[in-house]
Amino acid sequence: MMDIRKLTIKTAAMALRKKEISPVELIEKFYERIDVTDETIGAYISLEKEKALEQAAKASSMIDDGSSLLAGIPMAVKDNMCTEGTKTTCGSRILGNFIPPYTATAVSRLGEAGAVMLGKLNMDEFAMGGSTENSYYRKTRNPWNTKMVPGGSSGGSAAAVASGQAIFTLGSDTGGSIRQPAAFCGVVGLKPTYGTVSRYGLVAFASSLDQIGPVTKTVEDSAIVLNAIAGRDKRDSTSIDTGINDYTQGINESPVGMKACIPVQYLSEGVAPEVRSKVQKAIEYYESIGVRCEETSLELADYAIAAYYIISSAEASSNLARYDGIKYGYRSNDFNSLLDLYKNSRSEGFGDEVKRRIMLGTYALSSGYYDAYYKKALKVRTLIKQEFDKLFDEYDFIIGPTAPTTAYPIGEKEGNPLEMYLGDVFTVSVNIAGLPAISVPCGLDSAGLPVGMQLIGRAHGERTILRAAHAYEMGNPFPIAEEVSHGL
Amino acid sequence: MKISKETVLYVADLARLNLSDEESERLSDEMGRILGYMEKLNSLDTSNVKAMEHVEPVSNVLREDIVEESFERDLILSNAPDEQDGAFRVPKVVE
Repeated sequence: MMDIRKLTIKTAAMALRKKEISPVELIEKFYERIDVTDETIGAYISLEKEKALEQAAKASSMIDDGSSLLAGIPMAVKDNMCTEGTKTTCGSRILGNFIPPYTATAVSRLGEAGAVMLGKLNMDEFAMGGSTENSYYRKTRNPWNTKMVPGGSSGGSAAAVASGQAIFTLGSDTGGSIRQPAAFCGVVGLKPTYGTVSRYGLVAFASSLDQIGPVTKTVEDSAIVLNAIAGRDKRDSTSIDTGINDYTQGINESPVGMKACIPVQYLSEGVAPEVRSKVQKAIEYYESIGVRCEETSLELADYAIAAYYIISSAEASSNLARYDGIKYGYRSNDFNSLLDLYKNSRSEGFGDEVKRRIMLGTYALSSGYYDAYYKKALKVRTLIKQEFDKLFDEYDFIIGPTAPTTAYPIGEKEGNPLEMYLGDVFTVSVNIAGLPAISVPCGLDSAGLPVGMQLIGRAHGERTILRAAHAYEMGNPFPIAEEVSHGL
Repeated sequence: MKISKETVLYVADLARLNLSDEESERLSDEMGRILGYMEKLNSLDTSNVKAMEHVEPVSNVLREDIVEESFERDLILSNAPDEQDGAFRVPKVVE
């Protein structure tokens, strides 16, 4: 009997090819699983069962001719990626009725590869948050312990994979929104180099930082999904041709002889002792398989959060100006003038965190403060990138924790935005510098919650971090959530 | 750092948001704390640093100017909160 919770893209593709299960049966099994678990987990905002079954029926020929590993594979997509004919809410009231007339490039590329979309996944409103508690629609719970947050903002994407509700999912990462929930939920999350995956159809939060990436059970699956979604797209002028055709290439090779560094700031006092010790163990493992690991320093690590929250909020305040109640989205019933309509629609449509970011961003861009905040942050951004570039002259990748703690209780950080922001300390600098990074599970703390390790690579160094992450995963098998969680 | 309630209301107007008394008081406190934290950037000397405009070394991404099919008007209007005669309907703009 097939245990769908353990299926990876690789094993499911094999089962489909050998006809141990039909694509339609596979999709039905996943909907059964969602039926049983999602009232508790809360990963999905909407399901598209009819369309998915239709898609699955069409996948057979692609499975038979072996042209795509993703053919017939059940997956799901964060609800900030546009899907033609399927509601795309971005976790916000303001897009509650929005049915996009087109599909995001990353999603349509998965469709062309035969993957079957089960539904759309919960998230912090407009991807602003680290716990998925900022969704207008529902709370998502951590499959390892349902009292805990799943992380965010791609909390639905991580919880769905961890609870066996999809074989893989897409998330988006502006300051850690793929990697941190992957760490909290014990799955693999990859943020590609800026420009690798088209942002066409991704609801914009901070355009210079946003990237789409996969959430998967294994590192190899991550590379398989990246193969399908990466590449230049004429509809996103910041997307580039990386010249890399196959991200799985070399993934099985040993990382022996590679050089890694660990910035002292990444294992400082602020990191929970159990997170620190798990990451230190992982570093020891790397040394045992022939990776040279050296301690180094990232002096600017401490400035990344300040720069990040200025830049991302400024871009958000500009990007979110489009929600005005005119062309699409929520419109207030209560207005006498055009200005009223704008203000009331926005004030009723946006939640507290989104308003806070719009306010911070508008302030930082306003006359008299522009140079002191926004321009200053862009200069610090240059410095942070230069510091990373220098490290990558000498090292192949950087090792550290993905987040300073494991998952925390739902409600714990509500009403304390600054503390929530500080949790992004290890992830935001990667977006600031446009680099690729992957979060891989590296053990459980004494409360049974997953710890995530982050490997950061140089720009377009995905294959290096994938190879290093894969080697770690092969030597350190990680359990699935259901083997240890509470009665799901 | 302190952000006055007047400043909060001024910024809210720029951002086209209405704030209740409770919200503007809370934001004056929260923005003060958050922007205060951001002051730490001032300890870095950036006098000879160029502001980053783009993280990748690409510029002037141009394409051929070719006429292509666009979306059907009805499809786009199907998401409009209010429409009439094939156009978006808005309150009177000119008094």
